Amino acid sequence: MAFAAIFVPNFRLQAVVRCEPELAVRPIALIDGLPPTYQVVAVNHLAARLGVAEGMTKAAATQFPGVEIRPRGKPQETTAHAVLLDVAWSFSPRVEDTAPDTVLIDVDGLASLFGSHENIAANMVSKCAEMGLTVQVAIAANVETANVVARALPGATVIPEGQEAKFLESLPVHMLSLSEELCEVFERWGVKTCKALASLPVISLSECVGQEGVRVHAIASGNGVRSLVIAKPAHCFEEFFELEDAVEDLEPLSFLLGRLLDQLCARLAARSLAVRAIHLHFTLQPSFESAFDSCSEAIRKKELSSDYVCTLELPVPCRDAKLLLKLVRLRLQSTPPHAPVQKIHMLAEPSFPRVTQGGLFVPEVPDPEKLELTIARIAHVVGEGNVGSPQLLDSHRPDSFRMHRFSVASAQPIDGDEKTETKIGFRAFRPPVLTKVNLRGGRPINVAFLGRSGEVVHASGPWRTSGDWWEEDPWQQDAWDVEVNFPYETPPSQGFYRICFDSRQKKWFVLGAYD
Amino acid sequence: MRPTSAALRLQVESALAGRVISPFRLREPEPTCTAPTGIPALDESTGGLPRGSLTEIYGPVSSGKTSILLSTLAGRTRNAEVCALVDAQDAFDPNVAQTAGVHLEQVLWVRCRSLDQALRSTDLLLHGGGFGLIALDLADAPARAVHQIPLNVWFRLRRAVESTPTILLVLSQESNAKTCASLVLRLQKETTSWSLHSRNNAGRIFHTPSCLLEGWTSEAEIVRTRIQRAVPHYIDIDRSSVSCQDAGKIVRFAVCADPRRENEPTFPVPSRARKKERKQNPG
Repeated sequence: MAFAAIFVPNFRLQAVVRCEPELAVRPIALIDGLPPTYQVVAVNHLAARLGVAEGMTKAAATQFPGVEIRPRGKPQETTAHAVLLDVAWSFSPRVEDTAPDTVLIDVDGLASLFGSHENIAANMVSKCAEMGLTVQVAIAANVETANVVARALPGATVIPEGQEAKFLESLPVHMLSLSEELCEVFERWGVKTCKALASLPVISLSECVGQEGVRVHAIASGNGVRSLVIAKPAHCFEEFFELEDAVEDLEPLSFLLGRLLDQLCARLAARSLAVRAIHLHFTLQPSFESAFDSCSEAIRKKELSSDYVCTLELPVPCRDAKLLLKLVRLRLQSTPPHAPVQKIHMLAEPSFPRVTQGGLFVPEVPDPEKLELTIARIAHVVGEGNVGSPQLLDSHRPDSFRMHRFSVASAQPIDGDEKTETKIGFRAFRPPVLTKVNLRGGRPINVAFLGRSGEVVHASGPWRTSGDWWEEDPWQQDAWDVEVNFPYETPPSQGFYRICFDSRQKKWFVLGAYD
Repeated sequence: MRPTSAALRLQVESALAGRVISPFRLREPEPTCTAPTGIPALDESTGGLPRGSLTEIYGPVSSGKTSILLSTLAGRTRNAEVCALVDAQDAFDPNVAQTAGVHLEQVLWVRCRSLDQALRSTDLLLHGGGFGLIALDLADAPARAVHQIPLNVWFRLRRAVESTPTILLVLSQESNAKTCASLVLRLQKETTSWSLHSRNNAGRIFHTPSCLLEGWTSEAEIVRTRIQRAVPHYIDIDRSSVSCQDAGKIVRFAVCADPRRENEPTFPVPSRARKKERKQNPG
């Protein structure tokens, strides 16, 4: 049996630094609490060197030059914890969610995949580093020893079986996650190290402090055996970011979104998943407006902050962060937020990656991811609803169709069904063009539209169609196919058109031309 | 002393060594890969629409441009190729297209409102790649505005489609692409066919409710072609003139309102008595 423990030291600070990597090389202090009694709850070693300490007030911490003060971010901590779990699940399905800063993993049987325990531990450290977390990893034969050693020793530690007590002997007893009461008892007894605790007689210890004492005695002896409480894999992939100063321009916003997308894609890749849709939720900066009343003083009214929500759905799951960023940028360019952005919440819907196999004799089709980007760019040019594949509606109403989202379907070449003759093409006028028609004996003899006037040489009709009489907008029209000469044009021309008389509007229209 | 030709050849080959392999070896131009339009007469004369090139079809209204477009779309979509139609004036009729055999789910339709949108969309599609056919329909755009499109735009489109398996088909009222097009067809309507004729005056059409437009015959002139067709080596002809032989050729083809499918049962031809009776009483 072998268990690994991954521990994130200074978890709250790392959760904030993960979102702003540039802070890692500067002194930083984390504050929490309610204004004006903010207190420092975490500092990094650079700030500690300058003299900033936990428990200090915000005002005192700001006295130190060069120290970055950041508020504690609970959403960032949730995300960092989710990242830790994603890394754990990328190694083994048997993971225990022990604490926000600790996960325990059953690594038994992973030798064929990842090699030795040293390799596994090193992989865990590097994978967490890719996700923006600096962790301490320990692998031992029992879960409690791994848990304690991971909290105590930096880097990656592999404890050979049978030597657990040796690794634990010099560690202080408070590393064993004792209750306050037990801590006081051990302090009174002068028991300061695990070695000292392990040397106490078990029976006497149980008589004095109960089962809790027996448990910690076993752990200190390196015999802390228990089963993992397996956590269910979560399918929530979200990232948060709160800005000190609201961002209005797209460029800096894109930079932040790109960073969040990189992290999301890395997490999904660790779990062998892909993105099916992205939900963006921006909290916008509240705007101020002033209301002047001639009888009273000027009042400044603060509006409630509004939100900006948009969803980007992908036709095929993908994990390319650059492609996703381009699609998000195009969406924001077409529908930008109406106020500067204060907070960003990004949620990715996971899905299994697309698995396709090309064929030697299948015609080349556009790459779905590249096609999605092309369609998004075209939609930015022509408008969202003006690009897609047409889908006919089950209706006899003329020109009844809708635009359907285009996706590359895996089609096979179809044999047969070939026509021996060529069908006449038709070019629709959208909207139908108002025209002036002269009739003789009920038949059109002249038409005038779009600044042109022509003589009807041949006409076929009328062909009456109507429908939807039970709806609010029924339609009824008498259609004609006409051959029109335009003798006064230079050069004279002619053409075939479909015109119709709309019985409801009592007007003539040209529906299109045959070509 | 003047250098000999052998010395000159050696000098050129050494200068180009590493960049050009066998610079003096005669290379036969490869036959152009083409795709049929689905109109046999046109395919036989032109060899089909060339892939990796720009084809321009121009002509006045009712000359048959859209019919060729629909026939080509039907053929490409039947072959499971993904096609794109950049519609500058939103003139595409999906109903008629489906009747013509186009598989609409394989067609990406871009509905534009201006020339600028159409050209930008075409450029994006060409750079996206993977399409069997990209059709740029400028037939309803004002001829003057299309004529003002700079020549470098056409060059850019031609460069973008080169070395790809995509057919770039441009429909317009007048020729604009000039030398950028590898195949240029000029269309003109020739004769029209209505369903009923006067017995006494064959040129006069009976105007009755049952008189239908049956179709017309279009004339297509091959204005320019640079399609290299596969010529057997045992035929001793001047290969440089192969592509020029087809220029100026006139092709006629018919478009019908109700094309028949292969193996579709045809209605029995009416007897002479019935035809006589019908002419006497067409209504």
